[in-house]
Amino acid sequence: MTADVSALVELKGVSKRFVKSLDLAAKIGNRFGAGMKEEVVHAVDNVNLVVAPGEVVGLVGESGCGKSTLGRMTVGLLPLSSGERFWQGESLAGQDAGTARRQQLKMQMIFQDPYASLNPRMRVLDIVGEAPVAHGIIRGTQQVEYVGLMLNRVGLDPTLMRRYPHQFSGGQRARIGIARALAVKPQFLVCDESVAALDVSIQAQVLNLFMELKGALNLTYLFISHDLGVVKYISDRVVVMYLGRVVESAPSAELFAQPNHPYTQALLAEAGKVTPAKRTFVPIKGEIPSPLDPPSGCHFHPRCPHAMTKCREAVPPLIEIAPGQMSACFLNTP
Amino acid sequence: MIDSDEALTEPVLEVDGLRTHFFTKAGVVKAVDDVSFTVGRGEVLGLVGESGSGKSMTGYSLMGLIDPPGRIVDGSIILDGIALRTLTPEQQRHMRGNRIAMIFQDPMMTLNPVLRIDVQMIEAVLAHKHVTREVARARAREALVKVGIASPDERLQAYPHQFSGGMRQRVAIAIALLNRPDLIIADEPTTALDVTIQGQILYEIQKLTRETGTALIWITHDLSVVAGLADRVCVMYAGRIVEQGSCEEVLAHPAHPYTQGLLDSVPANNERGQRLKQIPGMTPSLLDLPPGCPFRERCSYADAECEVSPEMRPAGGPGQSVRCFHPLVPVHS
Amino acid sequence: MTPASTVVRAVQTPFQRVVGDFMANPVAVFGLCLLLLVVLAAIFAPVISPQNPYDLAQLDVMDSRLPPGSPAPNGGHYWLGTDDQGRDMLSAIFYGLRISLAVGVISTVCALVIGLTLGLTAAYFGGRFETLVMRVVDIQLSFPAILIALILIAVLGQGTGKVITALITVQWAYYARTVRGAALVEKRREYMEAARCLALSPARIVFRHLLPNCLPPMIVVATVQVAAAIALEATLSFLGLGLPITEPSLGLLIANGYQYLLSGKYWISFFPGIALLLTIVSINLVADQMRDVLNPRLQK
Repeated sequence: MTADVSALVELKGVSKRFVKSLDLAAKIGNRFGAGMKEEVVHAVDNVNLVVAPGEVVGLVGESGCGKSTLGRMTVGLLPLSSGERFWQGESLAGQDAGTARRQQLKMQMIFQDPYASLNPRMRVLDIVGEAPVAHGIIRGTQQVEYVGLMLNRVGLDPTLMRRYPHQFSGGQRARIGIARALAVKPQFLVCDESVAALDVSIQAQVLNLFMELKGALNLTYLFISHDLGVVKYISDRVVVMYLGRVVESAPSAELFAQPNHPYTQALLAEAGKVTPAKRTFVPIKGEIPSPLDPPSGCHFHPRCPHAMTKCREAVPPLIEIAPGQMSACFLNTP
Repeated sequence: MIDSDEALTEPVLEVDGLRTHFFTKAGVVKAVDDVSFTVGRGEVLGLVGESGSGKSMTGYSLMGLIDPPGRIVDGSIILDGIALRTLTPEQQRHMRGNRIAMIFQDPMMTLNPVLRIDVQMIEAVLAHKHVTREVARARAREALVKVGIASPDERLQAYPHQFSGGMRQRVAIAIALLNRPDLIIADEPTTALDVTIQGQILYEIQKLTRETGTALIWITHDLSVVAGLADRVCVMYAGRIVEQGSCEEVLAHPAHPYTQGLLDSVPANNERGQRLKQIPGMTPSLLDLPPGCPFRERCSYADAECEVSPEMRPAGGPGQSVRCFHPLVPVHS
Repeated sequence: MTPASTVVRAVQTPFQRVVGDFMANPVAVFGLCLLLLVVLAAIFAPVISPQNPYDLAQLDVMDSRLPPGSPAPNGGHYWLGTDDQGRDMLSAIFYGLRISLAVGVISTVCALVIGLTLGLTAAYFGGRFETLVMRVVDIQLSFPAILIALILIAVLGQGTGKVITALITVQWAYYARTVRGAALVEKRREYMEAARCLALSPARIVFRHLLPNCLPPMIVVATVQVAAAIALEATLSFLGLGLPITEPSLGLLIANGYQYLLSGKYWISFFPGIALLLTIVSINLVADQMRDVLNPRLQK
């Protein structure tokens, strides 16, 4: 496959299938006509994603939509079932160990849980300093100074570096996680619900930190979140996912002003604003379907107020409805 | 909207001077420190705060669910004329689940994973009312219908693990409603749920409280939920209530600098591309709070006066009060 | 950019907390003191023994089978009596403790290293390697320990090294299984993902990140297993299949006195038995408290 050279990160036709294959007992059962099938979850289904240098792409969706899986595939933590990843136009498949390692350092992840994402038995000095020393970015003798620099950059007091994670608050741990990622000098960061576990006031501090770092270090972000308020504030472009597929993608202002896909519209209606007006909640009916047994055709049709027969039978393609704006809905193709 | 200035609704709950302290090895943690509020019949009160503010502990104190090393050291809790703290443990048990019920953030704190739903719900009814099993089952079925669960007869036969998160929370709400309590305390029940499911649950709750006239205390850190749902709101910080008032007033004209700071930090209230207005610093450790106003270290209006703990005094709109020496709205003399 | 507030929770390293919690239980402290006594007695055996029981020049067979408290030739007393060779029981017990503890600890440590390595790598890499290792563990654990030890001794022959080998072979499977269980849980934690994201080598991830977090249950198992190893070695020696007569452990001492038990000369078996009992009980008391202290769910 060829890819867009101007993009920093590109995913083409990327899918992830989790297969629970039949064990021996089930295979024997099938011999006798039990008819047991393999269970396949299409966590991510044929997704294309392009992130331009210096951009913040927001990835939103509810549980089961595959955004976390997609994030991990982008950064290299999960192997792809199909499709390809590209970095500055070059394919990342089939690289030798050394190149792959150097490539890995350019893309880092900021995790969700500030409590579980730091090794509880390592001091902050080692949590942040281990990788740069191991990869030769700095010498062992420079570790203390370098870690101090990193901690300063994320707004933490460097004299605390010999402490353990449990001695810090949630917001401070989130900062340590960011320092750890920055220590290997990445160009691209995937933030997987990185502010979800934080209080509103700490969240504001960390979001401000993200924006400062972006400017100072020329970073590019893929910001995964279920919180539309945060995504609207921080993203240049927004991608909406539902049950493993991209349903809409548009520049942030356009998406929030004029959402095209019915799911996006429903999501935005629920987003909630902190305006002092008592309102009646209008629910969107139905439960989120299980990824094990997704609806046929358009995944959203059982809950869609505008569903037509066509929607049950075929998968709507992701087409461009306006410059830079893509949507996957048959309402756009009468 | 219920106007608390005119005593149209007599209060179903009156809390006065509640203090819950935890006596740990490291020192005394004043989780709830002099909390007072009232809830009228059929009213929805929002209890808003971040982690460590004491909001959940207040809810647990009202239910009598505080375990050692914590205990309620002071204050009175009066539910419909009954002083809860004077009751024996047996009498308190009679109140719980019957006159006052609680919904937790994790529905699995309510639901027993090894029992079927009908068994659990019937048990909840029979624990407090002397009715036959058939009547209890009918009430359980009716409660499931009320919370919007389709095919209730099938669902009654199922186990909790066969439900999704949103469904489980609905069942927990149904259990809370079974014995028609006077007051329900909801501790962040929708925080762990998806936004669209959260919308559904909030819709059901809103409908139910209007229908049954049950009072509701909604504990949350999410201002947008409170904005849509609550009649009145109390903002908590470091174990104290720092501001109270009608939801509209508090959110439109916050009196306390912390409330203002919270509202400002919400990304939705900020411009894209501009730095988010943030409250500097962190919530203080409740272990050794310095004397005076707990928000002093982070407040841009603080001065020497704030070294003394402020009391609640009326300020701003009707029914609004604030615990601050430099409130952002005029104080009533 | 102003630094975030430097307010930090109580300054206590994990080690200090463990020690603090451990000391809070008087029974555990008692167990620890007893264990320390046992260990010190073993280490300083040559210094504190009234007599070197293996120096034939010091022995007089005329002093054999004397009851406790009998006077000794050089002016002291045989506080715990003498055995059938004329050896002072007290001294024999001190030297016996030394050997029992040494064999127990050495075999446990070696089994721990082998079991940890195999269990951790099996959990981390999974696949066929894991299946193979775990099936071997399953097979081994379904045989009684004593049976495996006896078969090995029969095959390898007797001797201290052979006994230690047998003990290691019997024990490593427990460690492998326990650590694999802990490792499977820890493997899915986000800090492990972070380590992979930082492109650290698998060896570094397993030994620097995974291992330290799987240690708490291992410490408990290892402590209990030292006691089990000592008991197993005592059993083997009692049966005459363990250590040679030149290095008598407590088990062998008990065996020596077995024939005299019912004829009134109880002290030859009895006191080594008590010493063995005290050793094992003190180890178990310490292990019990360690388990509670290291279990994060029991912390307040």
